Amino acid sequence: MIATFVTQAPMTGMTETADQIFVLLKHWVVGYLPVGLQGIASVLISVVAIIAVFPTLFALAVWMERKGLARIQNRRGPNRVGPFGLLQPIADGIKSLTKEDIVPLSADAVVHFMAPVVLVVVVFMGIAVLPMGRNMTLVSMDAGLLFFFAMGASTELSVFMAGWSSRNKYSLLGAMRGVAQMISYEVPLLMSSVAVVMITGSLSLDKIVEAQNKYTWGLPHWNIFTPWGLAAFVMYAVAATAETNRSPFDLPEGESELVAGYFTEYSGFKFALFFLGEYVGMLSISGLGTTLFLGGWSAPFAFLGWVPSWIWFFGKVMLSIAVFIWVRGTLPRLRQDQLMNFAWKFVLPFTLLDLMVAAAWRFMGDGWVRWVVCSAVLLGAYALMGGVGMRGEHFGRRKYRYAE
Amino acid sequence: MLGEGILKGLAETGKNFLGSFVSADRLTTVQYPEERIAPIEATRDFPFLVYDGGDWEAGLRCVACQICEKECPPKCIYIVKSVDKKPDYVGKPQFYPSRFDIDISVCMSCQICVEVCPFEAIKMDTEFELSTTDRFGGLLYDRKELAKSNEHYHKIHPTEATEVDARLAGEKAKADAKAKVAATAAAAKVAAPVKPAAAAAIPEAKPAGEETRP
Repeated sequence: MIATFVTQAPMTGMTETADQIFVLLKHWVVGYLPVGLQGIASVLISVVAIIAVFPTLFALAVWMERKGLARIQNRRGPNRVGPFGLLQPIADGIKSLTKEDIVPLSADAVVHFMAPVVLVVVVFMGIAVLPMGRNMTLVSMDAGLLFFFAMGASTELSVFMAGWSSRNKYSLLGAMRGVAQMISYEVPLLMSSVAVVMITGSLSLDKIVEAQNKYTWGLPHWNIFTPWGLAAFVMYAVAATAETNRSPFDLPEGESELVAGYFTEYSGFKFALFFLGEYVGMLSISGLGTTLFLGGWSAPFAFLGWVPSWIWFFGKVMLSIAVFIWVRGTLPRLRQDQLMNFAWKFVLPFTLLDLMVAAAWRFMGDGWVRWVVCSAVLLGAYALMGGVGMRGEHFGRRKYRYAE
Repeated sequence: MLGEGILKGLAETGKNFLGSFVSADRLTTVQYPEERIAPIEATRDFPFLVYDGGDWEAGLRCVACQICEKECPPKCIYIVKSVDKKPDYVGKPQFYPSRFDIDISVCMSCQICVEVCPFEAIKMDTEFELSTTDRFGGLLYDRKELAKSNEHYHKIHPTEATEVDARLAGEKAKADAKAKVAATAAAAKVAAPVKPAAAAAIPEAKPAGEETRP
């Protein structure tokens, strides 16, 4: 099961070497060890690589976010530490390390301590099944997608642990909101992925990428370039934004009403761990979205096949992060009832319909008919549900029912 | 259709994002330590004491009347009145502050001290780089640190300072004229009961003093 970074690719030419550089490097290092230790050393090296790469990407994402939001607001953003402010995350890290770690007197100290640890551990475990390049999957599980969602669902535990153990009304309210929101959006997140599983016929993320790594007239067979795939991708993006508590779904940590939500009572490095967990969660859910809909590590055009696969994967992930930042810079926060209405009355029915459409796509055979039929059904449903369903009285101004 | 508004919003923020790289006038932030903009004339932060002439101690306009000390809402001014007197700008002997302290960590920059001062002795400064490593002594300014020349006042608030100077000159001229009249009158009293030349000088001096008034 733990078949780590298996090399099957024959070393032919520069392209192959560049593509497999990390795999080859690891094999070269492991080759120096006695045979009995090689298995565990191989896993350890991969784990260390993941633990090094993702926090680096987290730092980069924070820098991108601060710069991007600044530019959206016609500011310059951080530009003091290092060239273009690139070392700002390091300065922030040092700051949070040197800050006092405050645990409230009435808090449940053990759970309070465990919450950020659980979050970070769980989030990193989800990354283990993502194919980050050709032959670059830490654990290529047959049920990788299932494992990812199991780990993703565990972050809710951490959120509630943090909120409950703090003994603070803001923390608890934030945690309640967080759990309600994450459970509501977990359903459409899963449902939109199921469409991909139905078409590919496998829960293995490696197989899902392999299925998309084909080209017709130089164009890729990514799932997003089909009607059902595009619809599922949009719903996945909405649900992923809500799942990672990003704006406009950042109600659990709404500063204007809940101080900082479930991590109000965290300071110093525990706060930084929550921050890290949140961003790595964003990276991993973008990674899964890339794997499911954007062809994973495959190149966007056949003639770009010579570019190393891991560049494509991380490039697509960072592009998704950029979109997350763009959306954050644009949209205001939703209200709790709007959030729930949107999840249960629009996103979920639409993903269910998309499952039907994906099934129809599968059984209608090749040809242009399925393109027309599937697109028409989805577009019609979108216009109908969006226009009629969402513009009802539930989505307008709030009606206050208390006595005047 | 659902999502139209989101796309419009994304287009708007996208335009802002790209525009900030293209046109420099979108970025209004002044990169402070390297770049500076001249402070606008009405800028104010903490009070200072104005002095005339070259010697700060002799030229202080403050007469230690303690009105500002009493009016100060956060009570950040501390004045000790002198026992002896020194001549003010008119030449009249006046008390002076033997101590004049302002705690700028308490001061709230309300400018009430400036407004109540009848002697144009206390004004608002524009100096804002006042950080210090000593948060108690370093932020308690004594009269030497507070004393700044009239030229400095002219530099930071030119219109206001010119107005003040004109008024003070007017008062000085008036006082001089009065003194002159008194002197001539005294002289006349001593010399002779009636002297027409001295009487003619009085109406001449008065309008001269009036003209300098704003």
